[in-house]
Order: sequence, then structure tokens, then C-alpha cells
Amino acid sequence: MGHIQLKQVSKSFGNIEVIPPIDLDIDDGQFVVFVGPSGCGKSTLLRLIAGLEDVTTGSIVIDGRDATAVQPARRGLAMVFQSYALYPHMSVRKNIAFPLKMARVPQDEQERLVEEAARVLNLTGFLDRRPGQLSGGQRQRVAIGRAIVREPAAFLFDEPLSNLDAALRVGMRLEISELHERLKTTMVYVTHDQVEAMTMADKIVVLRAGVIEQVGTPLELYRNPQNTFVAGFIGSPRMNLVEGPDAARHDAHTVGIRPEHVDVSSGSGMWTGTVGVSEHLGSDTFFHVTVKDLSQPLTVRAGGEVDLHYGDTIHLTPKLNHLHRFDDRGLRIT
Amino acid sequence: MATNASRAAARLMISPAVVLLLGWMLVPLGLTLYFSFLRYNLITPGANPFIGWENYYWFLTDPSFKAAMINTLLLVGGVLLITVIGGTMMALLLDQPMWGQGVIRIMVIAPFFVMPTVSGLVWKNMFMNPVNGIFGHLALGLGMEPLSFFSEIPLLSIIFIVSWQWLPFATLILLTALQSLDQEQLEAAEMDGATWVSRFIHVMLPHLARAITVVILIQTIFLLSIFAEILVTTNGGPGTSTTNLTYLIYVSSLLQFDVGMGSAGGVIAIILANIVAIFLMRMIGKNLDA
Ligand SMILES: Nc1ncnc2c1ncn2[C@@H]1O[C@H](COP(=O)(O)OP(=O)(O)O)[C@@H](O)[C@H]1O
Ligand SMILES: [Mg+2]
Repeated sequence: MGHIQLKQVSKSFGNIEVIPPIDLDIDDGQFVVFVGPSGCGKSTLLRLIAGLEDVTTGSIVIDGRDATAVQPARRGLAMVFQSYALYPHMSVRKNIAFPLKMARVPQDEQERLVEEAARVLNLTGFLDRRPGQLSGGQRQRVAIGRAIVREPAAFLFDEPLSNLDAALRVGMRLEISELHERLKTTMVYVTHDQVEAMTMADKIVVLRAGVIEQVGTPLELYRNPQNTFVAGFIGSPRMNLVEGPDAARHDAHTVGIRPEHVDVSSGSGMWTGTVGVSEHLGSDTFFHVTVKDLSQPLTVRAGGEVDLHYGDTIHLTPKLNHLHRFDDRGLRIT
Repeated sequence: MATNASRAAARLMISPAVVLLLGWMLVPLGLTLYFSFLRYNLITPGANPFIGWENYYWFLTDPSFKAAMINTLLLVGGVLLITVIGGTMMALLLDQPMWGQGVIRIMVIAPFFVMPTVSGLVWKNMFMNPVNGIFGHLALGLGMEPLSFFSEIPLLSIIFIVSWQWLPFATLILLTALQSLDQEQLEAAEMDGATWVSRFIHVMLPHLARAITVVILIQTIFLLSIFAEILVTTNGGPGTSTTNLTYLIYVSSLLQFDVGMGSAGGVIAIILANIVAIFLMRMIGKNLDA
């Protein structure tokens, strides 16, 4: 239970069309991530699914039932907000129990479900505190707790980790993935962070200005980006995109090569360049190499303990079987 | 930076203001206390002998004192009830997106800027007068007997006038509080299945609690000393039906020229006001520091 379909759904605020008509299918039990730069309409799309915004055209079908005009609470979806949106004057216990109270669940049943959720989320010791007395990560878990007690058909997350520090973010990322493995409930997750998308998703939806650029599994997007936008957005560090004669040599307007698919040698190669800034991560090192004929420096990956320094001259050769070719409209050439 | 040196400097620099304010307060207070123990009537000049608690005794046992206490309570309580409930409803209305929001908000605030005497007179002569007032005309137009507000429901009429004046204040404070409510909380409640009424009770009202406390505290202090509205409309009558404590003190000292009795009433009023203030602080102060 938790199959969501968008059929030609569009959204305009006034006469500004934020989301042009789109179709999307979210299967039961899938972990779907909407990813895209800030302001591209990810939150709006999620709010349309939640029912917090009305669609301008099109319809939303949840589990085979047209839910376009159904109130948010009746859609059987639970949402976790970016600001957590906990009720500040209620204890953690009351916060988690609130949806049950609204659904008139009997008192003892409420208590059982709250205890259960608290146990799953490691909140047992904090049930009588107010949200203001909790850390960011704990608040996040309370917000998730409030969502899971309803046993929704699907969870909606709107950038739930963006207010946490880097270490907590990695931890919560794992917890949410684990929760998904355990509950097997559909999850729709919005983020602007492609690392979150790659690590958590079964299916990634890449959005730009409200338009779906590509839908696919993380590896599909990594291996076969359908256009230059997806190519540049997915993968860290970014894919190198090269235009001009070097691309024309491969019958393309633009060619793309990921930093991890370039051979570095001190002898000879396709491009000759000067090493600029290098980023040492321990396991890997990323070099920014300035090549004479190219307008932008290339990023390349080398082993962790390669002995190269600022100003050194090196030779680069892309691995041809990993070269991505795009035409003048930015679309992939197969 | 609150170092010891800067704190000492701060104390030194605010001391002139504190001394001035203290003098400003202590001199009249001292004089009032002093007069309240004298037989001091302007109609019978001569010696003003010290008579101990006699003024207090007569003031407290005067039947109009009990009436004044009840009227004061009814006046304050009634106005608080109307302005807090009405102000919350007005704030909810004004919080809705609508056309001409800015102008409407300014118009709603307007009564607060009308002087108490003026609004008392306007209501008395233009609205509530049974012959010339608009309410009288309306009643006649509907074929009913015009109501003589100030002789039949005098206290209620005054409560109404004062509420009209203070409603904007309550509305303004509550509207500001309402606008500071995180919209995501309301949306979360909506997702959680809360109806509008549940959202109001469980999310908006707790958020408004602090603002309501502020409204009650500030208004109580001002409402205890309502005077102008009574003076220009009913003169405390008929009988003592609209005499509150402030008005009773005015009657004693300025109509009966009994300075000693008036001062005793003043001291009693100060004590009562402080009791109310302490009581209110205790009761709702918890709300403020949460
Ligand atoms: N209530 C609204 N009224 C008008 N424009 C809005 C509203 N909500 C969002 N927008 C616009 O829609 C676009 C997408 O917003 P949003 O979905 O919040 O982006 P994202 O979550 O991807 O950062 C933005 O350009 C934003 O200005
Ligand atoms: Mg957003």
C-alpha cells in the first residue's frame, strides 16, 4: 500500500508556472528521491502529493484512488518537515501521540504505539521532555516518530537533514535507510544534496525548473546521464564537461568524463596540463588540472598517496569506454 | 559585556533617572498616606487633627465601597473577557489573506487613538441616546421600544464602550503573535488529521498564551483606573450602579471635598491594585518565562 501516481500534474502560482505538466509513478515500497538545485520545485511537488497545495491541472492517484481533491489527512501520507514542525508546548510523548489523538485512537493503544515508536527511534528516555530541550537529531527523530505512529501508506520527507551538522547527517541518513528497510513503506524524499540521493534512493528523480530531467536508479544516472545537466549534477566531484575540438573529435558537441575515469601519467597523454589545487581525502586525491586548450580546469582522481605538487606538469588520458557524448542540445548521444 | 566595571558604570549612569522616578513616585505617595490619617475636609477649614484609622474605617464600611468593588471587578472582568475573545477572533480574521489588508488593519486600530472622553461622549450622544442615537433610530425602525442604555443597563453600556476602545489593542498584540506562528506547524497538524478547531485549540491557542497573558496584564492595570468614560456618561449612577473604585475616590475627595477620606480610598486602591498585580504575576507569570 503506497503506490502514488502523478498524471499530467502541473502547478502555477498566479501566472508563474512552477511545475509544467509531469507524469510520475512511485511504486509501493520504493524509496524515491527528488533531487535538484534549490528553487527547482521539489518542495512544491512534495506538497502537491501531500495535499498541502492544490494542483493546477492533472490528477494524483494514491493506491488506485483519485486523491486529487482529498484532504491531506485523508490521503494516508505522513510528512516530515525541514523545520521538524514539532509542537513546542507539548512533550515528546504528546507530539508523537498527536496524530493518534486526532484519529481518536483509544488511550492505552496510543500509549503502546508511542512507546513502540520511541523504542525504535531511541527516544525512550526523552518522552517527557519538550522539543526545545532536545538536540537537532533528537527533534528529527521525534518528527519521524510522529510520522510512523500513523502507519501511513507513504512517508514524505522535505530536506529533513539540512538543519543537521555533517556527522549527524550521515548518521540520520543511515537511520532513515534502515527504517525504510524495516518498514518497507514507500518513502518520497526531497533533497538538494546529490550524495543523499545517491546513497539512499531506489529511484532518483532529477528536477530542473520543475521539469523532470531523468528518472532512474542511482547507478543508471551515474552510468547513463541523459543530458549534460544530469551528468553535471550526479556524481561527486562533478563530471568534467569539455566542448570544442576535443569533443568534435568524438563526433559530439560536448563530451563528459568523470574524475575517476581519467588516467594520470607523467609520460604522455591526450591532454597536458599543470596541477593546481589538490584535495587530499586520504583514500583519494582530487587534482584540479589546468589544460592549455580548455577553458575550464579538469578535475581528476588519483590514488591517495600520489606524489604530485602545485605547478607540476602531468598528462591526462580519458578512459574511452567511460566517455559520455552529448549533442548541441545537451542530450546524450548513444 | 557584563564585566563588574561595566555593571558599576551602568548603575552609576542610570541612577539619576532612578532617583527622579523614585521622587516622582514617593512624594505623592507619602503625601497621600499622610493625608489619609488626618481629618481634612475643605468644607470645614481649620485644624487638621490626626485621627488614626478613622478615614479607613468609614471608607471601608460605606455601602458604596462594596458596590464600587463589585463594579470594578465586573468592569475589569467584562472588558477582559470581551477584548480577549473578541481580539482573538478579530486577529484570526485579519490574519486571512484578503484584499486591502493594510488599510483594514489601520482602520481596526483606529478606536485606540480616540480619547476616552471623546469616545464616551460619541457613544453616549450619537449611538446610545434613546432619542437621537443611532441605536434608538434602529430600534424604532424595527418597531421596537428604544433602549435607554445608561438608565437600564448602565454598567453593561460602559463595559461595551471600554471594550470598544481596548479591542484594537488586544487584536493588534494577538495578530502579531499569530503571524509569528510557524506555518509548518499548522500544516503538520493538518497532515496529522487535526480539524480547524483542533488546530486552533492545540496549536494556535498555546502559541497565543503568552500574548494573551500580556494583554490581560497590561489591560488590567489600565482598566482598574477607568474614569473618564464614567464621568462623561453616567456620573457613576444611577445610584452607585456604575461607580468604580476610582470614581468613588473622586466623589469623596472632589465632590464631598473630603481630602482625608479620598486619600484613604487612594491608599486602599493602591493596595488592591498591588494585590491584583501580584496575583496575576503569580498566576500567569509562569507563562511568561517558559
Ligand atoms: N506559495 C508560493 N507562492 C509563489 N511562489 C512560490 C510559492 N511556493 C513556492 N514558490 C516558487 O516556486 C518555486 C519552487 O519552490 P520550491 O518548491 O520551494 O523549491 P525547492 O524546494 O526545490 O527549493 C520557487 O521559485 C518559489 O519561489
Ligand atoms: Mg524546498
